[in-house]
Amino acid sequence: MKGKVCRKDVTIMDDLLIARSLFGTTMAFHIIFATIGVGLPLMILIAELMYQKTKDLEYVVMAKRWTKAFAVLLGVGIPTGTIAGVQLSLLWPGFMEVIGRVMPLPFQIEIYAFFVEALFMSIYVYAAERIAPWMRIASLILVALGALASAVLITNVHAFQGTPAGFRYENGQFVDIDPWAAFFNPSFFVTATHVALSAYVTGAFIVASVAAFKMLRNEYGSRIYHFHQKALMISLVVGGIASFLTATNGHTAAQYLHQYQPEKLAAAEGLFETQSHAPLAIGGFTDRETETVKWGIEIPWALSFLAGNSFDTVVVGLNDFPEEWWPPLFVHTLFNAMVLIGSLLIFIAIAGLAWKKFLKKDRFPKWFLWILVTSGPLAIIAIESGWILACSGRQPWVIYRFLSTAQAATTATDLGILFILFAGVYVILGTAVVLVLLYFFRKNTVMDDIDRAEKKNVPLFSTNS
Amino acid sequence: MTDALIAITVLWGFVFIYAVMATMDFGAGFWSMIYINREKTKATNIANRYLSPTWEVTNTFIVALVVAVYSLFPTAAYTLGTILLIPGSMILLLLALRSAFLVFSNIASEYRKPLTYISGVTGIIIPGLLISVLPITHGEYLNYETGNAQLDLQQVFTSPNVYTFIVFGISSTLFLSSLLLADYSKVSNEMEAYKVYLRDAKIAGPISLIMAFCIMLTLQREALWLYNKMMEDLPLLWVSVVFFLLGGVGLFAPSFFEKGVRGMPRLAVIAVTVQYLIASYVYGKAHLPYIVYPSVTIDSAFTDPNSFRAVFITYIVGFAILFPGFIYFWSLFMHDKRYLQQKNPQEGAR
Ligand code: HDD
Ligand code: HEM
Ligand code: HEM
Repeated sequence: MKGKVCRKDVTIMDDLLIARSLFGTTMAFHIIFATIGVGLPLMILIAELMYQKTKDLEYVVMAKRWTKAFAVLLGVGIPTGTIAGVQLSLLWPGFMEVIGRVMPLPFQIEIYAFFVEALFMSIYVYAAERIAPWMRIASLILVALGALASAVLITNVHAFQGTPAGFRYENGQFVDIDPWAAFFNPSFFVTATHVALSAYVTGAFIVASVAAFKMLRNEYGSRIYHFHQKALMISLVVGGIASFLTATNGHTAAQYLHQYQPEKLAAAEGLFETQSHAPLAIGGFTDRETETVKWGIEIPWALSFLAGNSFDTVVVGLNDFPEEWWPPLFVHTLFNAMVLIGSLLIFIAIAGLAWKKFLKKDRFPKWFLWILVTSGPLAIIAIESGWILACSGRQPWVIYRFLSTAQAATTATDLGILFILFAGVYVILGTAVVLVLLYFFRKNTVMDDIDRAEKKNVPLFSTNS
Repeated sequence: MTDALIAITVLWGFVFIYAVMATMDFGAGFWSMIYINREKTKATNIANRYLSPTWEVTNTFIVALVVAVYSLFPTAAYTLGTILLIPGSMILLLLALRSAFLVFSNIASEYRKPLTYISGVTGIIIPGLLISVLPITHGEYLNYETGNAQLDLQQVFTSPNVYTFIVFGISSTLFLSSLLLADYSKVSNEMEAYKVYLRDAKIAGPISLIMAFCIMLTLQREALWLYNKMMEDLPLLWVSVVFFLLGGVGLFAPSFFEKGVRGMPRLAVIAVTVQYLIASYVYGKAHLPYIVYPSVTIDSAFTDPNSFRAVFITYIVGFAILFPGFIYFWSLFMHDKRYLQQKNPQEGAR
């Protein structure tokens, strides 16, 4: 808070840097599991619905196997999310003090979303054989809605950090606090939509990656090949639609930056001079000395058009801001990575669907399958880039133009050891989760599950430990 | 009642609910580890059958608790966040290992034993660390040299009071969880497991009571203000001891309801829960008005009235919506004979 500097006048920069790295690492790790945790339930739901429509048991097997993967991922997603939630108060007590006072609603409502997800996830998994099919679908819908709601709500806090609303701060006092106005802050809808859609992109392309890999490993024409091909087609449809919507909505997100956080947009585009008819720089690296983007491709006038739908829109450059307000310049690269991947994923989905549906070819060429294999990891890279762009691009503010990160940080020192411990635990969990997934799916093959599904009266969901 | 008092009551309610759920959760994990080599008694199966569907729900309560603190008492969030950095981080690290390996142990069946050991051991330390938050809020180990409250770790680790709290936390965890599992085994008709857990409860119960007395003794030396205020409610503390004894009756006496069965675990579970409820009410009341003694009180830390109203409304609406979900959940996993009395238990259904 502008008037509250006294609290932190002896900040040791190193501790602040470690606190930021620690929290950033936690988030970067959590987000992988969280995003898949939002995207995968939708895929499971679609598989269950496909089964209801076609009565093809392979869809049940799909749903079951994805659920299993989802449950394993939750084993890491939930504890790391718990770390994220608690670490916010431990590392940024100044921030949570403001959030608690002005913006408590999203976190509060998010708890209910977590409960809904946790309750119905357990019901879907452990009571699957005892409840009616419609109840199973209903549980699944609630799981998917719970996951979506938690993503939307947590993003709401993030949106508030960029476009704070719902209070005034005068003479060291918060006045006119309106928690609902804070909740519906200007960038809430755009940001939340972007996060939700990009999670569906990720969930779909992760499935596509695995399916394509399995198609490469199994003989064309075999039953397993066909099984994975079915999964691939679902994911291409879902992934294609979601990535197209993500891109259009991302365009709106950029326009919001133009309006609300111009220095972030300037850094994302590597623009130093304020100008109309501003060019769009694609690729390359921002160079502080020459104030240009080196080795990039410039498209004249395009940035102005992107920012305001007309070529004479004036886009503000970094030089109009004091340098201590500049975000780190590397965000340009992150922004490019995200947009490039987003566009690529749209092409991949269209190409795959066209090949199958319009050219009526049944067999994908090997090189195309290999591209599909990379699509899931690429989506994750886009997610990571987007978040680091969004959070680091907001620096030096934790709440834009209101509370600086340094003021919000804990006064504790010697955080280095904590950083090492947490990083170590993430390495352990990350390694273990991959090993467990590999182990499980090697031991329980698709054919095992298909056999089980075809034998009546053998419980499918609970028979594989 | 003032708004701040309502808020602290709600918070206290959450703490209590979480405390009970967490003892069941961490305790069940621990027992499932202890009895992993004694397949005949099914004690491990029973523990897992309880644990598998519930740990996620229990975990959500931790988050609910943290969120409730900073949305109801934001100023306290500043102080608590600062002084709890180290203990809080230790809890988080253990919790991450515990939850993840709990899930992994159910999936990777060949490696179940080592994975269960990791989750069991990390899990049983957590309640001890969680409860150490209480003595930290008594203010003895805080210094204000920099103008903000800072925790003096050396004092924490040399305080008898902190250690009695820690041992009390762990023994209560074992006590309550073995009681609950005794009841759960009986409903599931697993009499071997039932006997095992009944015996465990008989051991852990008296230890917990002794530790509770030790807490009072050390409290007198380290936080006299709190001790004195708790003593104002001495009659209630005795009532709580009476409920403990009633719990003992539930453990030792032959059942009124069934011939030839020793013990009434349901009675014991209820009596002991009431015992803890009363005791923690006395503790909580004595702690008021301080959240962190002596610098943070419920009034100085209380949130903005508008925010409080909005949050309170979400509590009511949220729980109204969730309540049927909890009931349905309970009926599926605590009440459904088909789940409880599985012939061929498929633990680790995920
Ligand atoms: C699969 C992931 C993915 C893909 C393909 C895209 N995005 Fe994105 N983007 C995210 C995943 C993401 C994200 C990780 O979810 C972010 C981080 C913070 C946020 O709100 O969403 C994000 C942030 C984000 C922001 C910053 C918002 C802020 O800082 O407040 C902008 C301007 C865009 N995106 C624009 C785009 C555009 C124009 C895309 C065109 C294809 C695009 N994104 C594709
Ligand atoms: C989930 C994906 C996310 C990732 C990968 C991520 C990444 C990061 C990184 C790298 C930083 C350090 C920034 C820097 O110092 O340069 C940071 C800071 C921060 N982020 Fe995010 N973040 C994510 C989501 C969120 C969300 C949803 C919120 C809102 C609750 C949030 C709130 C914060 C806060 C409070 C800080 C610390 C203060 C600051 O540096 O501004 N983050 N995050
Ligand atoms: C946009 C980025 C994020 C997304 C999409 C996301 C989504 C999710 C999802 C789907 C879960 C699993 C919920 C469950 O099954 O119970 C989860 C867990 C969790 N997340 Fe994140 N999250 C994000 C960032 C954050 C941040 C910044 C925080 C901290 C404030 C956080 C706190 C939590 C907590 C506390 C949990 C555990 C909930 C529980 O105990 O069940 N998340 N998150």
